[in-house]
Amino acid sequence: MKLKKREAILGYFYISPWLIGFLIFVAGPMIASLYFSFCDYQLLIPPKWIGINNYVRIFSDDPLFMKSLWNTLYYTVGSVILGVIGSLILAVLLNQRVRGETIFRSMFYLPTLTPAVAMAILWGWLFNTEFGLINRTLARIGIQGPAWLYSTEWVIPSFIIMSLWGIGGSRMIILLAGLQGIPQELYDAAEVDGVNWWTRFRYVTFPLLSPSLFFVTVTGIISSFQVFTTSYIMTSGGPANASLFYVLYLYRNAFEYFKMGYASALAWILFIIVIILTLLQFRLAGKWVYYGGQ
Amino acid sequence: MKKNIVSRVLLYLSLTVISILLLIPLLWAISTSLKEPSQIYTEHSPWIPNPILWTNYTEVWKVLPFATFYINSLIITIVPTIGALISSLLVAYGFARFDFPAKNILFYAVLSTMMIPSQVTIIPVFLIFKSLGWIDTFYPLIVPSFLGGGAFNIFLLRQFLMTIPRELDDAAKIDGCGSFDILRKILTPLLKPALATIAILTFMGHWNDFMGPLIYLKSLQKYPLALGLRFFQTHYGGIVGGTAHHNLLMSAAILSLIPCFILFISAQKYFVQGIVMSGLKQ
Repeated sequence: MKLKKREAILGYFYISPWLIGFLIFVAGPMIASLYFSFCDYQLLIPPKWIGINNYVRIFSDDPLFMKSLWNTLYYTVGSVILGVIGSLILAVLLNQRVRGETIFRSMFYLPTLTPAVAMAILWGWLFNTEFGLINRTLARIGIQGPAWLYSTEWVIPSFIIMSLWGIGGSRMIILLAGLQGIPQELYDAAEVDGVNWWTRFRYVTFPLLSPSLFFVTVTGIISSFQVFTTSYIMTSGGPANASLFYVLYLYRNAFEYFKMGYASALAWILFIIVIILTLLQFRLAGKWVYYGGQ
Repeated sequence: MKKNIVSRVLLYLSLTVISILLLIPLLWAISTSLKEPSQIYTEHSPWIPNPILWTNYTEVWKVLPFATFYINSLIITIVPTIGALISSLLVAYGFARFDFPAKNILFYAVLSTMMIPSQVTIIPVFLIFKSLGWIDTFYPLIVPSFLGGGAFNIFLLRQFLMTIPRELDDAAKIDGCGSFDILRKILTPLLKPALATIAILTFMGHWNDFMGPLIYLKSLQKYPLALGLRFFQTHYGGIVGGTAHHNLLMSAAILSLIPCFILFISAQKYFVQGIVMSGLKQ
């Protein structure tokens, strides 16, 4: 009995850094921000309880909220769908017992190593309307390129294109590991049956890879939803708020307008959206993710 | 047989084309970073600069306190990485080797924090640091790492620890080792690959962090590279006109990504392992 108590004390001792951090930096702040979200809190004046007013205003009287939410959804859908397809293609190519796999994999991964700020600077320059490499190349084949970051229609497609630069990143490595985990016998059996590559992909690769695909899709959605640095640096949300993403709008409310209460309400809405999206994914997973036999 | 060769050729061809396409933004940035302005702002800007202005890379250090940015970046990256290593190791050890009340609930709490977007806690956390007078210091970017060290890191180390047989601990215990000595002398050496993975991923995460420094650091001499580049961009040739110095801007950007590249090339094995592990937590 005494020994058990000693073990428990030691256990708590070892996890105490996390426990303290959790209370100070996670649990406490979550409760606080939930409370602030029901307050008028302008930083210099103490928070004043105003009930659900912040939420009412967000949903009924804040066009920028809807705008930023829409922009973020647009970006998320585009970058996740195209990004997962792109990563999957690269992973399938690399999985063909390629000689020099490590070299190709490294080259595919290099873009992901680029810090977000450097990436924003590089791509801002590529997208430059007048001197940018993209429009210059388009001009060479007789196409007048759009104004990219200066165009309300093209600014989000620009961000999606930029996000595709990372298709060879962590997502591809996870998918590649998933592909390499598929037993060779299954492919051999398919070969004996003489099926074509699509049937093989559809009935062997896809079901066995679906847990990995599911994972990269969920994490992709969550991280795309939090896009911030690139839009802050490249467009500051412009032109005409066409690239005002959700977290950028939240950041402005909190740290530029110092509307801490309002920003907290925005943060909780973000949190709820992330939870709903994740749960929805898990619901949908039952329909296409295969968890058998492993 | 012939069909096989054709498909092999196509395979390598597409891999090569994709590699080149993905490298173009970097190559173009390097090319721009070595040009003189007259060669940049023209419709026929060449791929190979003529002349090649290596001096752009030395110029950057003069027009900006670039060395200060670099040192600041290293401080707010290396110190939290050390903190995360120590702290996540202790916590993972606690969860993997000891029994205590509410252990499972607490471990679920660790895992569930991975789901919480940092924006939800950022305002109260900012207020805490503000009330401590820590705005415009490195503490807000450093201290949290020592308290927990990141949920994913704890999870990763715990998984590794679970695979190490307890008999090793017991043998050491018989030899009179205390629990801390067991961790330090017996387990830590066995955890080296996992610790390397954590070190690399944490380093990259902090090196790339922008919002943290943006919120907490105010004065130029405290800026890390991420903020320094931003400052340089807005003052010396942002996207919106102004005095254009895209050659210097690009050389600054290239200089900022060098440590990540070096780290990746020298420790690729641990890198890949860590990413694959992150995919396994499902």
